[in-house]
Amino acid sequence: MISLKELAQPHRIVMMVLFALFVLWCAISLRWDWIPKYAPLALEGLWTTIWILAVSTFLGFLLAIPLGLTQAIGPWYLSVPARTFCTIIRGTPLLLQIWLLYYGLGSLFPQFPWIRSSELWPYLRQAWPYAVTALTLSYAGYEGEVMRGAFSSVAKGQLEAAKSFGMPRFTMFRRIWLPQAIGNVLPTLGGETILQLKATPLVATITVVEIYSVSSRVRSDTFIVYEPLLLLALVYMVIAGLIGLAFKRFENRLPDRS
Amino acid sequence: MDRATAAAPEQEPEPRREAIRVENLHKSFGSLEVLKGVDLTAQQGDVVAIIGGSGSGKSTMLRCINFLETPSSGKIVIGGEEVAMRADGSPANQKQIERIRTKLAMVFQQFNLWTHRTLLENVIEVPVHVLKMPKPQAIERARELLARVGLGGKEDTFPAYLSGGQQQRAAIARALAVDPSAMLFDEPTSALDPELVGEVLTVIRDLAAEGRTMLLVTHEMKFAREVANHVVYLYQGRIEEQGPPAEVFGNPQSERLKQFLSSVG
Repeated sequence: MISLKELAQPHRIVMMVLFALFVLWCAISLRWDWIPKYAPLALEGLWTTIWILAVSTFLGFLLAIPLGLTQAIGPWYLSVPARTFCTIIRGTPLLLQIWLLYYGLGSLFPQFPWIRSSELWPYLRQAWPYAVTALTLSYAGYEGEVMRGAFSSVAKGQLEAAKSFGMPRFTMFRRIWLPQAIGNVLPTLGGETILQLKATPLVATITVVEIYSVSSRVRSDTFIVYEPLLLLALVYMVIAGLIGLAFKRFENRLPDRS
Repeated sequence: MDRATAAAPEQEPEPRREAIRVENLHKSFGSLEVLKGVDLTAQQGDVVAIIGGSGSGKSTMLRCINFLETPSSGKIVIGGEEVAMRADGSPANQKQIERIRTKLAMVFQQFNLWTHRTLLENVIEVPVHVLKMPKPQAIERARELLARVGLGGKEDTFPAYLSGGQQQRAAIARALAVDPSAMLFDEPTSALDPELVGEVLTVIRDLAAEGRTMLLVTHEMKFAREVANHVVYLYQGRIEEQGPPAEVFGNPQSERLKQFLSSVG
């Protein structure tokens, strides 16, 4: 934590005054009268952004574990597909992946009667499953690579000790290997999750109504350009800050390693 | 102490039970043959010191006993039970080797405490998650063991905050927590600063006096002479000489052992 004394440095005070003036100027001379009308929609959009982010990072991370593990120690018939997957995901634009899923796969599905008549059809007709899938696969691709390094970086002796006490392989993975691997890359994962947050506006292009698309709606309805964008920037900054704080707290609970 | 005195009368009429037997053990790393047919037997209560120069295969031999290294060929018998091996030397039955390993506690040169867990968590890890001991009981036992190795009050400390000597003593407590039938020490003091060696040796000495079966790979000749009842000298993957410490150290037969002993002082 920064102490009060550090905050009271002259250059810091100048910056803070400038920032306060900027906020004041924004509040006084910009138009905010559209907010009450769009607030309900904005809240809905905010919620969509948050749950899409949460679900895609969670599922993506679950996928990243086997992707990383197979690349670290798997036989070639598992590690090669995993590496190929990560390379393709990391080598192509996320926007393209979202469109390929939504416009490509999404337009193939209706041609099969058995899909149209299936229980899943009501969901497959909507846009969000494609958005969540694309974001999940993207996060899995990037984090699969991170986890590969994470698994390899756990000291061999740590696993050898577990082995020497007769710990079954899955217990060893769950109790020793995975927690140490995650601990090693926690700062990276925090940064990647913030990147994932900033990738979510792309799903607006396939009609998912999240917070960015609400700001676009305000702009096209009212021709007010800057105010919604400024507020949008603030919203993303706050979410990113909260993610950063959450990871920071998590990191602080981990012990130092020798 | 109780163990030793209680077990003593039974030992008189019949021979002591065999703890570890190694027969004709070979191990190669690629084209390099590290072990060229080693035979070794440790009865229960034996303290066997394994000495030799670096590259003599002493650590590899110890690590073959619990299959941290896969033997190339040979036979390993633990507590009368032969470890089933495949043709390539790997354990044929994963369940069997895991069960046998829980009886053979290993203490490593680099301690290998789990760095993401406190000392107490390190000590209860195997009893709770492998041996399925109730947690409160495991914690109680862990506190006793940590106190016994002189680490009472350090239960909630992480390994990184401790000296090497403290970490190694914690590693010994972790090994004792599984109530092993034999302990394997792989150069337990080689990574320690000289002033920290004594505290670890004191703990090991107590365990030896207690009648614990131990295989001890070490460079501490004075210590080996003092605690071991059998000393094995390995040279280039073969047992060059073995016997009671007084003879091996006091009256070495082979030239190589004489040279080795004079070189290590």
